[in-house]
Amino acid sequence: MASHAAAGHAPGTPGHDDGQNHVHHHYTTTGLEHRKIAIWAFIGSECMLFASLIATYLIYKGRSLVGPFPHEPWTNEAGRTFPAILDIPITSVSTFVLLMSSFAMVLGLQAVQLKGSPLPDGANWWTRIQRNSQLWIGMTALLGATFLGFQAFEFTTFVHEGLTVRTNLFGSTFFTLTSFHGAHVTVGVLWLMTLLWIDRTRGLGPKDELIVDIAALYWHFVDVVWIAIFTLVYLIR
Amino acid sequence: MSTDAQHTAHAHPTGNLYLRVAIILTLITIGEVWAYYVPALVASPLFNPALIALSAVKFAIVVLFYMHLKYDHRLFRALFTGPLIIAMCTIMALLFLFQQLAIKF
Repeated sequence: MASHAAAGHAPGTPGHDDGQNHVHHHYTTTGLEHRKIAIWAFIGSECMLFASLIATYLIYKGRSLVGPFPHEPWTNEAGRTFPAILDIPITSVSTFVLLMSSFAMVLGLQAVQLKGSPLPDGANWWTRIQRNSQLWIGMTALLGATFLGFQAFEFTTFVHEGLTVRTNLFGSTFFTLTSFHGAHVTVGVLWLMTLLWIDRTRGLGPKDELIVDIAALYWHFVDVVWIAIFTLVYLIR
Repeated sequence: MSTDAQHTAHAHPTGNLYLRVAIILTLITIGEVWAYYVPALVASPLFNPALIALSAVKFAIVVLFYMHLKYDHRLFRALFTGPLIIAMCTIMALLFLFQQLAIKF
């Protein structure tokens, strides 16, 4: 499991084979895998990056002098009134898509960890399908790409409705925050496609647990950042 | 094998637990979006705090179960929660500084 890779006490923990079936682990003096420590430190630093972007959005919330506004109708110079610009139903669906991608990712990691181990007697379809790492990693990448599609649609719609990064304070802070998140999702999708390619060519197994675990941690972090953004930007008025 | 490793080796979650977590996350999200469309709830002073609380629950569930922080070494917990606490304190301090939050006496 993920924690095995961290503690390095279980068979199949990552490392490299020296040709004599001796697996070398990359431990720190803490006894923990240094790559796993590194990803958690990176995620910690990313928390502060996104906190600065979220704080900037919240500080300027409600201080735009001209529309479009996120939750209130607005009137343009010609006197025409428009509804609030945020489309909650569409964003709710994209939020659901990203949440389900995290579910697929954690099953992908589990499938890699369990690869090669025998199925229990009387295993049903759900148990069998959980062992398919290519299915879950591919589905995670697909759901991530779907989320990006929703974001592209949202950005395009906003620009057509007159909201750009230069329109007002809401536009500047909204596009900066969500674009940074979208860039992280893009990196995650590319990372997952790389893992899928490796899985399809040479196959991922328990010995690769750590590299999948690190990608999964990054992906879940992208998900939890969106959980915060969805509430603070889209739902709270 | 250390005590931590023994604990984690036997306490790891299963696919069914992951499925239950996904269902809980979905239900909370549905509840949040439903509340957004109920004017009486939106007008309540508890609307924003309740949404933030629900968001925090979702955040914690993903971190604890999907990111395995509930089962992992406490150093990883410290590496994540330390910066997270600093980040949240920074947000609060900035919101007070720029008068988006205020304490009324």
